Amino acid sequence: MTASQRYRCQLHQSAAERSAETHPLTWRLREDSALIGLDEYLDKDGYAAVRQTLGSQSPQDVIATVKQANVRGRGGAGFSAGMKWSLTLQGGDLPRGYIVCNADEMEPGTFKDRLLLEQLPHLLIEGMILGGYANNSRFGYIFLRGEYIEAARAVTQALDEARAAGWLGADIAGSGFDFDIALHTGAGRYICGEETALISSLEGKRANPRAKPPFPGQSGAWGKPTVVNNVETLCNVPAVLRHGAEWYQGLSGGLSNDGGTKLYGVSGKVNRPGLWELPIGTSGRELIERAGGMRDGRALKTWLPGGGSTGFLLPEHLELALDFDTIGEQGSRMGTGLLTVVNEDQSMVSLARNLEEFFARESCGWCTPCRDGLPWTVKILRALERGEGEQGDIELLEELANDLGPGKTFCAHAPGAAMPLESALRYFRDEFERGVTHPRGAAHEDPIPVGEV
Amino acid sequence: MATIHVDGRAYEVDGADNLLQACLSLGLDVPYFCWHPAMGSVGACRQCAVKQYKDADDTQGKLVMSCMTPASDDSWIAIEDEEAREFRASVVEWLMVNHPHDCPVCEEGGHCHLQDMTVMTGHDRRRYRFRKRTHRNQYLGPFVAHEMNRCITCYRCVRFYNDYAGGEDLGAFGANDNVYFGRHQDGVLESEFSGNLTEVCPTGVFTDQTHSDRYTRKWDLQFAPSICHQCAVGCNTSPGERYGDIRRIENRYHGEVNRHFLCDRGRFGHGYVNRDDRPRCPEWRSQASDESMTLEIDAALDRGADVLRSARRVIGIGSPRASLESNHQLRELVGAANFSTGIVAREQACLERMARLSRESGLPTPTLRDVEEHDAILVLGEDLIQSAARLGLSVRQAVLGRREELAEARGIPAWNAEAVKTLGQDNYHPLFVAYPTATGLDGIAEASWALAPDDIARLGFAIAHVIDAAAPAVADLDEATRLEAERIASALLAARRPLVISGGSLGSEAVIEAAGNIARALSRRARDGGLILVRNEANSTGLELLGGQPLEWALDELNTQMADAVVILENDLYHRLPRERVDSALDLAEVVVVLDHQRTATWNRAHLGLPAASFAEGDGTLVSLEGRAQRFFQVFDPRYIRPESRIHESWRWLHAVRAGMLREDVSDITLDAVTLDCARRTPALAGIVEAAPGSDYRVEGLKLAREPHRYSGRTAMRSHLNVDEPRTPQDPDTPFTFSMEGYNGFERPRKDVAFAWAPGWNSPQAWNKFTDEVGGHLRAGDPGVRLLHPLPGGYDYVREIPSSFARRDGQWQVVVLPRLFGGEETSSRSAPISERAAPAALILSADDAQRLDVVDGATLVLETDTGRVALPLRLDAALPAGIVGVPAGLDAAFSSGDWGSLFIGPEAGLDAMGPETGAHSKGPETGPLANDDSGRDERADGGEERP
Ligand SMILES: Cc1cc2nc3c(=O)[nH]c(=O)nc-3n(C[C@H](O)[C@H](O)[C@H](O)COP(=O)(O)O)c2cc1C
Ligand code: SF4
Ligand code: SF4
Ligand code: FES
Repeated sequence: MTASQRYRCQLHQSAAERSAETHPLTWRLREDSALIGLDEYLDKDGYAAVRQTLGSQSPQDVIATVKQANVRGRGGAGFSAGMKWSLTLQGGDLPRGYIVCNADEMEPGTFKDRLLLEQLPHLLIEGMILGGYANNSRFGYIFLRGEYIEAARAVTQALDEARAAGWLGADIAGSGFDFDIALHTGAGRYICGEETALISSLEGKRANPRAKPPFPGQSGAWGKPTVVNNVETLCNVPAVLRHGAEWYQGLSGGLSNDGGTKLYGVSGKVNRPGLWELPIGTSGRELIERAGGMRDGRALKTWLPGGGSTGFLLPEHLELALDFDTIGEQGSRMGTGLLTVVNEDQSMVSLARNLEEFFARESCGWCTPCRDGLPWTVKILRALERGEGEQGDIELLEELANDLGPGKTFCAHAPGAAMPLESALRYFRDEFERGVTHPRGAAHEDPIPVGEV
Repeated sequence: MATIHVDGRAYEVDGADNLLQACLSLGLDVPYFCWHPAMGSVGACRQCAVKQYKDADDTQGKLVMSCMTPASDDSWIAIEDEEAREFRASVVEWLMVNHPHDCPVCEEGGHCHLQDMTVMTGHDRRRYRFRKRTHRNQYLGPFVAHEMNRCITCYRCVRFYNDYAGGEDLGAFGANDNVYFGRHQDGVLESEFSGNLTEVCPTGVFTDQTHSDRYTRKWDLQFAPSICHQCAVGCNTSPGERYGDIRRIENRYHGEVNRHFLCDRGRFGHGYVNRDDRPRCPEWRSQASDESMTLEIDAALDRGADVLRSARRVIGIGSPRASLESNHQLRELVGAANFSTGIVAREQACLERMARLSRESGLPTPTLRDVEEHDAILVLGEDLIQSAARLGLSVRQAVLGRREELAEARGIPAWNAEAVKTLGQDNYHPLFVAYPTATGLDGIAEASWALAPDDIARLGFAIAHVIDAAAPAVADLDEATRLEAERIASALLAARRPLVISGGSLGSEAVIEAAGNIARALSRRARDGGLILVRNEANSTGLELLGGQPLEWALDELNTQMADAVVILENDLYHRLPRERVDSALDLAEVVVVLDHQRTATWNRAHLGLPAASFAEGDGTLVSLEGRAQRFFQVFDPRYIRPESRIHESWRWLHAVRAGMLREDVSDITLDAVTLDCARRTPALAGIVEAAPGSDYRVEGLKLAREPHRYSGRTAMRSHLNVDEPRTPQDPDTPFTFSMEGYNGFERPRKDVAFAWAPGWNSPQAWNKFTDEVGGHLRAGDPGVRLLHPLPGGYDYVREIPSSFARRDGQWQVVVLPRLFGGEETSSRSAPISERAAPAALILSADDAQRLDVVDGATLVLETDTGRVALPLRLDAALPAGIVGVPAGLDAAFSSGDWGSLFIGPEAGLDAMGPETGAHSKGPETGPLANDDSGRDERADGGEERP
């Protein structure tokens, strides 16, 4: 495969549109999508935040700034990074812990971290150095999705360059701060993106999540205080420290109470799928417009605001600001902020079945509702898809979706799986009803061919 | 304490518990799977959901997992909340999605926690209509059967096997609804505690393979409270009988001893009870060369009385594997002056020293539960996993206890099992082990040393000297050992509760006394420590207290014809002393009377053999290594199914023989009378009467039932013999009935529980109903009574310290190494145990082997003054040079401390190596091997550390 044939994340914004003041994440990216190496990064104000911060600000100052900027976690949950850092234990007789970058990005319909990893790995490294400094971490780990081969190459090269240039290792930039980063490539499980399962996996154990409390900040990787942040979250940190919390807050203007920009994206039945860095709070309508509108003139039926584990929304929700709280109020979640667009031709039953197959397969198998409930939803959905559903199936799906909800399962995987199912049933119940052809419990042909499960 | 409100009622609970523990301890029923009283909570199964409210005014509430929620003060919860109940029923429904619903053919059925929880949650309609996932099963060895399709993925098995017991060959594989619990490939489970999987697993994945061939449901088994006879730890068991055979052994909860777990020797080593070749009738032969003939009881008693009456002098040989009552009755028969304990002199000397130290070391002997509370442990001369496995498991918990301390300091409750593990990582309380080779606890030890027995003793004496300078110093101590002694001493002194463990496994009095000196030194430095000393057999401690001459004395009395008759009680002398030695004594005896439940080599020498009860057919009292006298109760009447059987407790036989000898009428005797008599005659045993209630004990006016109330087939079980149903056997000795009639409940506290059952609780989890709190003590107190107590007084140190081990040219020092499987006489007669036993081998250091130019697997002959054996060689990386290891239970010709020579052997047929078939090779093929090369290396004196 030649370089030009290789798939690249598409940032559909010209260099002219992007500036350091308005596009903290992407202003350095090149129009040719090539990797930005150390020299180019340094030319573009790279490691300036590290130079400016280490040694002159205390870790507590850094935390205060990030907290004030209210950088909300871009991994999907929207928890304030500064708050998380302030709750991470340090000092006293505690050992120095770890900062872990969650680069497992396996959320269906999500490809934003990949852009930054492949083209601008030094930004992440800089963010991790600052995060490591703030949290008194001894080491950083980048937990990278196994399939991200290109990103692994870019990150490895960047780590080598940074280490060679003294940005990693002992006494970084003469600050007295020792810190290094290792790349860990995952073996391809969605659950490894859940921060505590990620830590289990990092330790070489089964990727089962851990109960909280204790939170990773109290007892994380190998029992030491550990901060886990998403790639995009960490990539926001250098600019916050370079330009200040107020500047960051102001980036979203009047669009949202949240500050900063968001790396939004669109995939699905649109003309021009891709990524855009826009002020947080930008509406879904603007995103679909930027994506060239609906493909083939077909109408929009529904959309997922931020990955497979978020709830379906309707065209009427397109005007809403895409931020954590606004979307949350609609019974969905902003999630990763990458829209999945569904047109009028697509079957909601098939879509739900496809998503639940993914979530059932990716269940870690630790807790009962998720492990055994999700595969059951899949089998019911398959029956409905084939028009072999029974009366009561939809009610059963609703019951299962409810029982997979928050607090009932061990981690947020199952609630994430329940959200699209529950919302699809809520908005498109008629499509599911069409699959019901048998009375309850009546004998009918075994819906599963022998030999399959 | 904390007040919690459950369904509108206020309760006082332990605020350190979680809500599930608290509710179960209150006697409230909350269903659960992944939580286990010994292993804490992980929140996986989601079965224990309850509704929790913020405060008294909150009506909304939310579901929480009770096992993962602290029972903090002023908690408001509802078990009966509708949403919570529906959710719990749904959890069982999901668990049953892939479960095969094969209860009728499942060996867990009837004592299945999954069945109980299914009934408790009310899930009784299957809505899942699709195909089920299936798994392949594995061969896991002779103990545990595997049926993975029944798995409900609670993760208890791996948590027990790996985390609790330290096993490494069982794992969880795969993900989603396709998680597999097994080995990486078929093969024998390596853990010595694998049998606990059958009780830990809440369903029928892991079941008792030894029970499988002749299977009976729990409700159709007859049980009695018993004591494991396979080692000196004294674990409490519930053997279950049907049709005259012991079908399986279940753990019987004892809050201070075994609690929830047994070792595999104890659980699976009962097969000797069921052997077809067991003597079941009296046998008589007038001359050793004659065929034996069977006798009726009266005829046997007459013969016995006649021959003994006409003897010049009768001596008795007792047994540390028989009850105190039987030994006592033998002593009554022959007189104290003519009674031997049946224990060899060297072991008896060790036992005497241990008994003295148990009283006079200044430190108390902890119970197994208390062992787990110690925070620094030194083991001198024991491989606990082989010699007292259940104690080894407790030591492991003590060592892991460090994690809980660290977690507590970080506000993580001890029950939050995974969090404790994560925070604690491999932080352990310090454990130090000195033994001739690697031991089963080395993996969690801070340091271990492979040393010759004398060097182990020297290390111990050196430690005592560091702790208290008044303790004697060790002469010519090398610098390396001194530094190690300092390191161990400072760890013991730094501990809140240091524990010293030693015992008689190596047959070394010096090792025991070294441990004693350390204990004394610690007690002088006012440390709240403990000393625990491992004895060899189930009643070794009791026999020492009873007193008597060593076995060699008895044989000498016969050899010198000071005595012409001998009565041997439940003791195979060929297991204790070299064949020639035993033969010559028995050849000279005019009368040999043997009582046993096994057809041993000694039995085969008897003129009169009287069929004795095993633990399953008789009652009696044993004293465990902690000095706890414990009663075991007869499980079944051997004559009920085998009317031809004439098996009786040895004490009953001996009473009758004595009456006959004295020409008295044979009046029957009861257990209570013998126990009382034994207690009166032996002041040290005065307490044994209190070990269990007498036969007149009643609960609510009722005797206690041995059979569950659902016991079926009673009217038919003998119909192949006779359609008349005989009267239920009567039990004059104990408060138990051979019947389902009688008390079997949990509401009235009692100590002696034949089987644990409570309404809705058929599985071993029913024990929670019998305890004062989950994992606590039986509500009536834990059974048994302590006989050994520390006596106040100033005790001086022992001052005889051996010189360091010196290799000899062309000679090797024998060390007999205890083996859990194959190292003990009776359990070795059980097929699954002999199958599990490692092949017998001579063990030699790799250095020696290299010097001798012999390779692993080569046949080697060991020859000492007393014996000769040919076995394959097994190289041992740890063993010091100059020592040859011989597996215990192989050949009584060898005992630790002997010196012998080695030869390259013939290609002897070694596969038939068994207790009685040791392949004695005819002669050496080569001359004796020499190890006298000049290159004697440094490690011979200091030993090598393997941290
Ligand atoms: C099933 C599941 C998968 C997840 N996958 C990812 C992921 O791939 N990347 C990510 O950053 N966060 C993922 N998360 C969220 C993380 O658990 C965690 O909230 C996040 O890494 C924290 O970083 P942030 O605060 O910077 O967003 C996942 C969560 C769940 C429950
Ligand atoms: S919800 Fe349960 S089974 Fe599913 S991924 Fe989380 S812990 Fe694993
Ligand atoms: S095998 Fe048994 S103990 Fe192990 S997970 Fe399955 S049900 Fe639980
Ligand atoms: S017992 Fe509480 S979740 Fe399993």
